[in-house]
Amino acid sequence: MRFKLLTMFAAALFLSACASNSDNNADGSNDGSSATTGTTDQSSSVSSSSIQGPQPGSLEHLVVNVGDRVFFGYDQSDLQGEGQKTTEALAVWMNSYPAVTLTVEGHADERGTREYNLALGERRANSVRDYLVALGVNPNRVQVVSFGKERPAVLGSTEEAWSQNRRAVFVVN
Amino acid sequence: MLIKATRGLLIAAVSVLGIATGIIPAQAEINVNITEGFVEPLPVAVADFNGGQPEEQLIGRDIAEVISANLERTGLFKPIDNKAFIQDQSSLLVGVRFGDWRLINAQALVTGSARVQGDGKVRVEFRLWDVYAENMMTGFSYTSTRTNWRRIAHRISDAIYKRLTGEQGYFDTRVVYVSETGPQNRRQRRLAIMDQDGFNHKFLTNGRFDVFTPRFSPTSQEITYLSFEGNVPKVKLLDLQTGREETLGNFKGMSFAPRFSPDGNSVVMSLADRGNTEIYSMDLRTRKFSRLTNHPAIDTSPSYSPDGSKVVFNSDRGGSQQLYVMDINGGNVKRISFNKGRYATPVWSPRGDLIAFTRLSGRKFYIGVMKPDGSGERMLAEGYHAEGPTWSPNGRVLSYYKQGKSDSRGKVKSKVYTVDLSGYNEREVVTPLDGVDPAWSPLLQ
Repeated sequence: MRFKLLTMFAAALFLSACASNSDNNADGSNDGSSATTGTTDQSSSVSSSSIQGPQPGSLEHLVVNVGDRVFFGYDQSDLQGEGQKTTEALAVWMNSYPAVTLTVEGHADERGTREYNLALGERRANSVRDYLVALGVNPNRVQVVSFGKERPAVLGSTEEAWSQNRRAVFVVN
Repeated sequence: MLIKATRGLLIAAVSVLGIATGIIPAQAEINVNITEGFVEPLPVAVADFNGGQPEEQLIGRDIAEVISANLERTGLFKPIDNKAFIQDQSSLLVGVRFGDWRLINAQALVTGSARVQGDGKVRVEFRLWDVYAENMMTGFSYTSTRTNWRRIAHRISDAIYKRLTGEQGYFDTRVVYVSETGPQNRRQRRLAIMDQDGFNHKFLTNGRFDVFTPRFSPTSQEITYLSFEGNVPKVKLLDLQTGREETLGNFKGMSFAPRFSPDGNSVVMSLADRGNTEIYSMDLRTRKFSRLTNHPAIDTSPSYSPDGSKVVFNSDRGGSQQLYVMDINGGNVKRISFNKGRYATPVWSPRGDLIAFTRLSGRKFYIGVMKPDGSGERMLAEGYHAEGPTWSPNGRVLSYYKQGKSDSRGKVKSKVYTVDLSGYNEREVVTPLDGVDPAWSPLLQ
């Protein structure tokens, strides 16, 4: 499942970011300035550490902390267990960054007709939007658009590709 | 950004003059029955049109070639290789030696001439002969600019088709479609237009944004289509003569699935809002929208009956995608598709007798037709993916596209096809790149 892989990847990224951060702090040698811990004999010095990880409230931050997509069954637009959890995490994240507005893009796999799939994608995007609103997110912060079957995320004509292309994707405006 | 269509083709003045010869066709004449399933193609001979000057000879030969190709593509006629001809072009001026044409088994013969006039225009005459009855079946002359010789050839083809089949032709028509190239995830899509035989190909948009589902006005040189310019799907109206383009309707949300009414005065389309897609029609004169459907299901892909009294559309209100017919006020909704699978993209025939559709069943896509009451369903074409039929203006031929599987790098092929209503004679329409979403124009006049 792509979603699980993505989450693991994000978690790994996060861990490695923490690791390199603490490495820099520990040896204090990255730019010659002292780290914030351990020393007191240079009280006038400015401490610094390199910024790791994405800017809070950015799309990258969303990808790392929540994920940026949910998946749907064939010809379905209901959020299933995992999709619901992701959307719940998205609602929490949006409440933490009240200035952020979002566009939810609805998509369909290639095994359908163009016009119906545009409608289906719109319905999927609105499933996410409706749930966000139910979870207390201001409706004005969430726009939707559908790209139907026209913008696949995963290439190829396989069940695996189709399952990952039946999706709604969150884009930070 | 729209590339302006060349005007020459559109404002072409082709005058038609019937040649009054006074010859009345014999009773036992050739008649091609195009309503049967498979018909043995009728052998026809198309002689190079006679010309005096080299330029005239060239035009004469080119016109004969285009007529031959048009007749051949119908699957109803089999042009005879001109190397087999016994009577030569110059002696045809004196008179047709029918015995010479019977010897090579020609049933019908087309002869003609091309002359460049003093005003620089070209005058083309043609005659269609019944080789066995030994008489002229029809004949016309046409005058136009020299660059317009293809249209003259198409008009002649239409006259021949009409005389031999009893039905209107469809050769003096164009097809607007979406030209595609590149992998699935970076596919460049451009609106393009060409003659029905693939010639005079032109791009209408530059490919910076996606375009889909162009449809011709039945009454004017306008098309309506779906544009993703600005990343929101919106229905556009494009005047092919002036290049002027506008967005239809200024509302929030998406609009798509446009199609003209038979009188050309309104465009019916889907508007999607808050997870619900409904069908609306917009009067192009008043710019007023009226709502046709009112249901929480998806309602899309509307198409008017040719008398303008009904609309066939696609809805999942019964649980899966099916075809429904309603009155134009939205009342009297009836489901018409009942066989296995899902049905989509219904299009009412210009003759009114049939509705073409896409059907998804098993692991295949089909192009089929059924009567407006849902009876008499027949499949005409199939493929891994086949979608979006459009009717020739005489309701005898369907065009649609097929797409193959894509590989893991997104390499994919899509091509435009035509098939006869009988289900025979499926042909690829050759386009410079890949192609989807063809839409046939009405006969040009």
